[in-house]
Amino acid sequence: MSAGPSGVAPTGGGGRGARFIDWIDERFPLTAMMKEHVTEYYAAKNFNIWYVFGVLALVVLILQLVTGIFLTMNYKPSAEDAFASVEYIMREVEWGWLIRYMHSTGASMLFVVVYLHMFRGLMYGSYKGPRELLWIVGMLLYLALMAEAFMGYLLPWGQMSYWGAQVIVSLFGAIPVIGAGLVEWIRGDYFISDITLNRFFAFHVVALPLALILLVVVHILALHTTGSLNPDGIEIKEKKGPTGIPLDGVAFHPFHTSKDLVAIIGFAIIFASVVFFAPEMGGYFLEHANFEPANLLKTPDHIAPVWYFTPFYAILRAVPSKGWGAFLMLASIVFLFLLPWLDRCKVKSIRYRGWQFKVALGALVISFVALGALGLQPATPLVNTGARVFTIIYFAVFLLMPLYTSRERTKPVPERVVYHGHE
Amino acid sequence: MSSHIPRQRLRSGLIALAGVLAVSGSPLVLAAGAEAGFQQFANNDVANVASLQRGARNFVNYCMGCHSAKYVRYNQLARDLGMTEEQVIGNLMFGAARPTETMGIAMRPADAERWFGIAPPDLSLLARSKGPDYIYNFLRSFYVDTARPTGVNNIMLPNTAMPHVLWELQGMQTGKFEEEKHDGVTHRVFREFKEVSPGTLKPEAYAEFVRDTVNFLDYIAEPMKLKRQSLGILVIAFLLVFGIFAYLLKQEIWKDVR
Repeated sequence: MSAGPSGVAPTGGGGRGARFIDWIDERFPLTAMMKEHVTEYYAAKNFNIWYVFGVLALVVLILQLVTGIFLTMNYKPSAEDAFASVEYIMREVEWGWLIRYMHSTGASMLFVVVYLHMFRGLMYGSYKGPRELLWIVGMLLYLALMAEAFMGYLLPWGQMSYWGAQVIVSLFGAIPVIGAGLVEWIRGDYFISDITLNRFFAFHVVALPLALILLVVVHILALHTTGSLNPDGIEIKEKKGPTGIPLDGVAFHPFHTSKDLVAIIGFAIIFASVVFFAPEMGGYFLEHANFEPANLLKTPDHIAPVWYFTPFYAILRAVPSKGWGAFLMLASIVFLFLLPWLDRCKVKSIRYRGWQFKVALGALVISFVALGALGLQPATPLVNTGARVFTIIYFAVFLLMPLYTSRERTKPVPERVVYHGHE
Repeated sequence: MSSHIPRQRLRSGLIALAGVLAVSGSPLVLAAGAEAGFQQFANNDVANVASLQRGARNFVNYCMGCHSAKYVRYNQLARDLGMTEEQVIGNLMFGAARPTETMGIAMRPADAERWFGIAPPDLSLLARSKGPDYIYNFLRSFYVDTARPTGVNNIMLPNTAMPHVLWELQGMQTGKFEEEKHDGVTHRVFREFKEVSPGTLKPEAYAEFVRDTVNFLDYIAEPMKLKRQSLGILVIAFLLVFGIFAYLLKQEIWKDVR
């Protein structure tokens, strides 16, 4: 701290710093919090690549918050000016194009890492007791994220923004009795209008980010209460050394942080490749039709939501009745919430589980990806048939789960995590 | 609609993540190729400044009577197209007073709607919504159709309200169609064009003229494209070097973990 004139030893520099920390600690539990959550939070040493997506999701969320603040400085939330203000950001604002591309790429990449993070949870049984609440808070985060992304997508006021919002908001009309009134209440108008844009803007930049930050804090607190699981699905807290430190755990900092930094940089390279060389990502991250301003009189030939919503969109379209389609779409998410109770197997990690679970997880992933691909296509009879088949598979995985998971022939779970030392 | 997808797919092919996503795009590509076999790639290059200058000339002379580019500023053209502001004022600015103005037009949308049935769209972002290949083929596929008020029709955008503005350059052509039956429904399928009166430009020269114009439209749709690509190389190079040090740091920290 106190770099004095040359030759003079900086006496008491550390001491003064330590005294400052003491001063804070008497008034705020800074050191205690650092220890509990960072330097003395122990997580298993055998984490593999699947364990980086949580931290990556946090990094992208922060990136979205920061780029979002700067976009808000020049964006105009009005039907008249919104589209032009985005082009103003792209062309006239210093580095505006970079901030906007980071935000649009971040939206899609956040879903990429969140889907991988959720898959990790499924594979290693992170949703199983005692982590049920952790899983539910995570699912609430996913719901809040979907709302955030959906409302944000209206803001550029392009053709796809407008008609996508039109289609999704109209889904609430499928609710019996109150449906029609509810849709009007959400839009604040008889169609998606300036009023809708204004309220979506309020939710996108204030309400939902607050909810997301709060839920992330709860998610991390819940994680640090139960402790992180690991690829072997073993509770490391059960095997502690004489110092009270889990034998298979290493401190979050510096061990996991140094590992995460490598992952963050690797991810940043992929992220930068998209931002700088393919910001539209072939029309998947920025849809071509959205470069046309919203036109109330001209419906696009083919309305499809952005890729991260298409699995649910395919489920919706697979059912001939809109009401039941919307119900199944909702059910497809509700079943994920119920996972901790649907899965009856005592063993957590896929490494030691029976073939039934492996087949089911494979079927779940294949049906989800296939539904996503089908949801992007115009609804031809072939696409609809495919969507129906995969919808049935998707729900069968959950509905039959209590049956097949209680019949699993599991392998013996080792006492300690499998770790072969650092290479 | 989908003619620009092959280009986009090539670009996104660089990214490993695109693999899964790209699969769902392929049926569109096949469909586009099958229905209009004459379609060609624009093969334009936004790094070719001479082509952009010619394209700007073409745009202000032939397109800007009816189409604006309202997000594009004249002095931005001066900067990006290697011209002085005086050159822009003398050669490209016919309606604007100052180079800080955007490329607007005098025709009012309400008038345009009365005259054409639809107001000609602003072209600032056309190359991003439709793709350069679409525009390249659109401007080359007008054909004589006496049933239309303008006397012409277009393969890419059937029953377009746009007249063949470039007819003097291209000349006039007719389209040969054949009836085909698919699933019991008769379709009118385009076969080929036949020149009926030559234009002032030879076909190759006309294709070049259109390519330059498309190139300009591609540039104005995303003026920062070249800048982002060159910056991207630096950013990724930095991240790679940073990544090496981060990896070595991790190795050092983890070396004693057994």
